[in-house]
Amino acid sequence: MITDRQVELSIGILLRSGVLLAAAVVLFGGILYLVHRGSMHADYHAFHGEPRELKTPSLTIRDAFSGSPEAIIELGLLLLILTPVARVVFSVIAFARERDFMYVGMTLIVLAVLLYSLLAA
Amino acid sequence: MDITLFTAVVFAGSLLAGFLGALTGLGGGVVIVPLLTLVFGVDIRYAVGASLVSVIATSSGAAAAYVREGFSNIRIGMFLEIATTFGALLGAYLATRLHTGTIGIVFGVVLIVSAYFSSRQRPHADPAEQPDRLAHRLKLEGTYPTPAGERHYRARNVPLGFGMMFGAGTLSGLLGIGSGAMKVLAMDQAMKLPFKVSTTTSNFMIGVTAAASAGIYLSRGFLDPGLAMPVMLGVLAGSMLGARVLVTARTRYLRLVFGLVIVTLGIEMIFNAVKGRL
Repeated sequence: MITDRQVELSIGILLRSGVLLAAAVVLFGGILYLVHRGSMHADYHAFHGEPRELKTPSLTIRDAFSGSPEAIIELGLLLLILTPVARVVFSVIAFARERDFMYVGMTLIVLAVLLYSLLAA
Repeated sequence: MDITLFTAVVFAGSLLAGFLGALTGLGGGVVIVPLLTLVFGVDIRYAVGASLVSVIATSSGAAAAYVREGFSNIRIGMFLEIATTFGALLGAYLATRLHTGTIGIVFGVVLIVSAYFSSRQRPHADPAEQPDRLAHRLKLEGTYPTPAGERHYRARNVPLGFGMMFGAGTLSGLLGIGSGAMKVLAMDQAMKLPFKVSTTTSNFMIGVTAAASAGIYLSRGFLDPGLAMPVMLGVLAGSMLGARVLVTARTRYLRLVFGLVIVTLGIEMIFNAVKGRL
């Protein structure tokens, strides 16, 4: 029998690992970015939005593996965004094992909102 | 300014913001947007995107330490996340539609109000237990450790707290902040939950709330890698350092100074927004 306390502790470890992994990827991409783009001019005064490759996760992943510094950083940011999503998925499973179906339902609603934001919006 | 220098300066500013945010409990995200827009002239949409990313990092990074203390309540957190995530969707949509000046004014007002609330000594929730059928049905209760043993609590005013959480989520999505102060207000003052339960559960909820707006920010091109990189790494490192020294430092004076900084930034945001410079 798993207790609420054990579930909470595992969630804490899951979140910390996700953040550390994301930070490591962002740092790696950041170093490449500074090496390749360091002497260019920084300009954030006007909003242009990001190019398609950095707004579409599948393209970001493709470019990250072909070595684009911006795409590697963006991949790290994606991993960071997915960390709380993983926590919610984990909670669905934990509530299901406790047979608390009211909370399975509530957690699925939260998960649906997160997936809508990431995939459909 | 070239990218190397810009990255170094933004990293240093974010490190300081994360450090002071953790030390004072006000959160680092709240000063990142004014810092980027007012000092570095960054467009508020890029600033809000970078700030939101740092909010997810600090909330998730601190969660492990918080759950170990045994105060956070995952059921209350999950129930209220329904409200905050729907609010966050609305807020992120508003961020993509509203004029940048309007966002600047809302940001300024939120800064000033949150500084006011954090400076005020709030009367703590009445610990006497009242029957609340809705809270009981939704299992919004738990126990927390005290020197005298485990103590039971149960939420009250559930609809009011839920509504306030929707508002907190909207502000989070619109402004790229954690809106931890408003989440704590909803749990501690409206739902009469113990203060420690409110603060730790709030931290727990911030990451999920922010993730709900992050998807929309991503698809609208608010998340710039070159800007988000030094902000995320800086705030994360700063808040981890801040959490280390929290126990020893005397925070009353610091809170006052940081509160004054926040009010000044709030006035500055409103002034610049009205002048059309944001």
